Amino acid sequence: MLGRLGFWMVMALAVVGPVLLLTYMPWWALLATLLLLAAWMASTRIGQQSWSVTQVGIATIPQRLGSSSVVVIGIAGVVGVLIAVLAMAAGFETTLRETGTDDTVVVTRAGAQTELNSVIDQDTAAVVTQAKQVLHNAAGQPIASPELVVIASLPKKSDGLDANVEIRGVGQRAWELRPGVKVIAGRKFTPGLRELIAGKRAVGQFKNLQIGSSMKLNGQLWTLVGEFDSADAHNSEIWGDADVVASAYRRGGTRTSVNMKLTDRGEFEALKAALTTDPRIKVDVSTTRDYYNRQSENLTRAIRILAITVGIIMAVGAVFGALNTMYAAVATRAREIATLRAIGFRGLPVIVSVLFETMLLAVLGGTLGAGLAWAIFDDYTASTLSNFSQIVFAFNVTPGLLWNGLKWALAIGFIGGLFPAVRAARVSVTAGLREL
Amino acid sequence: MKYFHLLWTALFRRKTRTLFTLLSVVAAFLLFGLLNSVRTAFANVGGDVAGVDRLVTMSKLSFTVSLPKSLLPRIQTVPGVAAVSYANWFGGFYQDPKNSFPNEAVAENFLDLFPEFVLPDEQREAFRRTRSGAVIGASLARRFHWKIGDKIPLQATAFPQKNGSNTWTFDLVGIFHGRDPQTQEGILFFHWDYFNEATQFGGGNSVGWYEVKLADRKQADPVAQRIDALSFDSDHETKTQTEQSVTAALVSQFADIGLIVGAIMGAVFFTLVLLTGNTMAQAVRERIPELAVLKTIGFSNVSILVLVLGEAVLMLFLGGATGMALASVIVDIVRQKLGSSIPLASLAGSTWLLGVAFMVAIGLIVGALPALRGMRLRIVEALAGR
Repeated sequence: MLGRLGFWMVMALAVVGPVLLLTYMPWWALLATLLLLAAWMASTRIGQQSWSVTQVGIATIPQRLGSSSVVVIGIAGVVGVLIAVLAMAAGFETTLRETGTDDTVVVTRAGAQTELNSVIDQDTAAVVTQAKQVLHNAAGQPIASPELVVIASLPKKSDGLDANVEIRGVGQRAWELRPGVKVIAGRKFTPGLRELIAGKRAVGQFKNLQIGSSMKLNGQLWTLVGEFDSADAHNSEIWGDADVVASAYRRGGTRTSVNMKLTDRGEFEALKAALTTDPRIKVDVSTTRDYYNRQSENLTRAIRILAITVGIIMAVGAVFGALNTMYAAVATRAREIATLRAIGFRGLPVIVSVLFETMLLAVLGGTLGAGLAWAIFDDYTASTLSNFSQIVFAFNVTPGLLWNGLKWALAIGFIGGLFPAVRAARVSVTAGLREL
Repeated sequence: MKYFHLLWTALFRRKTRTLFTLLSVVAAFLLFGLLNSVRTAFANVGGDVAGVDRLVTMSKLSFTVSLPKSLLPRIQTVPGVAAVSYANWFGGFYQDPKNSFPNEAVAENFLDLFPEFVLPDEQREAFRRTRSGAVIGASLARRFHWKIGDKIPLQATAFPQKNGSNTWTFDLVGIFHGRDPQTQEGILFFHWDYFNEATQFGGGNSVGWYEVKLADRKQADPVAQRIDALSFDSDHETKTQTEQSVTAALVSQFADIGLIVGAIMGAVFFTLVLLTGNTMAQAVRERIPELAVLKTIGFSNVSILVLVLGEAVLMLFLGGATGMALASVIVDIVRQKLGSSIPLASLAGSTWLLGVAFMVAIGLIVGALPALRGMRLRIVEALAGR
């Protein structure tokens, strides 16, 4: 009884240990392990035995193609779904992260959290842009843009239903502030006129955003005069002159934020201290990097939780599939294994061979799943609601995610192969020889 | 039914294999139950049957733009309108921005339009009397351990007070319960009058949106058109929709949950078909001589077909029902613990029906080939082991 209990405890440790190890293992450690294994198989006697038994196992896979494919496809499914969902989180996170930099800041009303909730009056904007940490251009003007973020609802191309788009009224120096924003068609809006320029992703998502087309905002007719590409979240926005947008939305002289460039990224703390202690104004100051990272935090966390939950449940299913397949494989090879044992092979080569075979199938499945996820979902665009307006982002299947998927595959293969491997090694020789 | 025992014995002929296959099926349907619960939760946000007789009138420009309060008497006179109320989105959080939940400044008669929020009469009366009073849903009370009499400080994001402070303190005077399990309980209401008086921005007799109760729910479209006609071509045009279409639009803007759930379940069921198909094929291959014996003693080809198909469906059903029951238990526990902060809905009857349909369909698919093989086998060859 105790022996049996001890056996299961050893097995549990044998499962948990390597799986944990695998989860935290960097790629070079895995490579080193593989090389060690190869060296062991080449140099020691028992290693050579393991290799020859493994070869026999692998050679018989074609006879068990149907059941072996269960392991491969099962694991491909887990890895594919896991990577696809994580790529969604990664894509959203990257889009927002790349929107911010360390040397530009966004100033909002104290406590507002987002530009949309913020109100900055003219006096505050004047105080803020005069801070000495703000970079000045050749003409001696501060590179600062008081901006007004509002929301309009426009019909989508996909289903014709209205969705929210962010309209950003920008100051004259917005283009200097964000040199990454390039006009790719048409021209910039003319200050003072009801003209708009749309981001590339917004053009792709909403109807009637071709150059020359007009749209109605609050009863007034606006003309779209150009398209820009910023390669970040601004691509989902439409820009116009802040003064004109303010009059359409009846905001008078107030803005929602002031965006500014620092003389040096190291000056951020000094600027923050200066502005937050100024008794004339009540503002929050953050680098745009922090600001946009904060916007993506909650959603990316929720998606990651979903991915891991779904991944674990699917992995459990795949483990049982692999167990079934490998127990069946071991059963069909029972006589062969017993013969090997009878002529003097130890148990270890048998364990190694079954485990190796399962993990080989697992790697195949993992590669298949990762490849499919990459082929279908890399750069797949989707949109979501962030801060009450649509943000378009592209799924991002990173090398890190592919590696992660492969590690999951290895872990599933390990668990699914270990128990059948041990069973194979423990079956008594006489019983094995009598099989079939 | 008289063959049930036969099916059962056949299924558990190899206990370990069947057990492992069943556990895979359990995992697949557990996932199906959980994901469907998420999907239903998103589909149901505010969109349960309770809201069918209500319209929402917002600014056509965007819902962040407020409307003049002067529209109120004009909407009240629109034929087909039974009652009108109004509210303002507040957007406060408790202590940390992570503790965000819906909170709204509402008119005196707002709760009258929402019979799904059940508030005891004396608490409703206390709310009416207390200027700085607030009422919250039961799940919100559980989440933050608030009880009647507590003072709740909320941090405003968009609406600081006139004195510049971001902290608004409310007296908790009532806790309402949802009439139906789907009712959104994670919300806080306080007085619009108090808000309008104390806020620095957004006051000045403008309101966020109007809530309109219809006299006849079938008249939603004409009434909505009549309301929108009131402000047509003015500088505050409105857009009136049913409550469901407002939430449905918002949810569809958030993500195509249906598509995501569908894609994941497609991958899961595809692998499940392969996995259980393999098990069934093995099971039938091993039993060829036994099936031959059955045929010898008079079982017809069709009964063999039905037996094998039945075995497959039974396997899927056992695993599937267990998985969905497990999902149901998990969802209920999580809902109990976390309330409405996590989008999970109790497993609905429609989910169970869909689940059973999948069990039968997958069972038939994976049983088909082995069943045909069993049906077509020739007794002599099978008995000879060829």
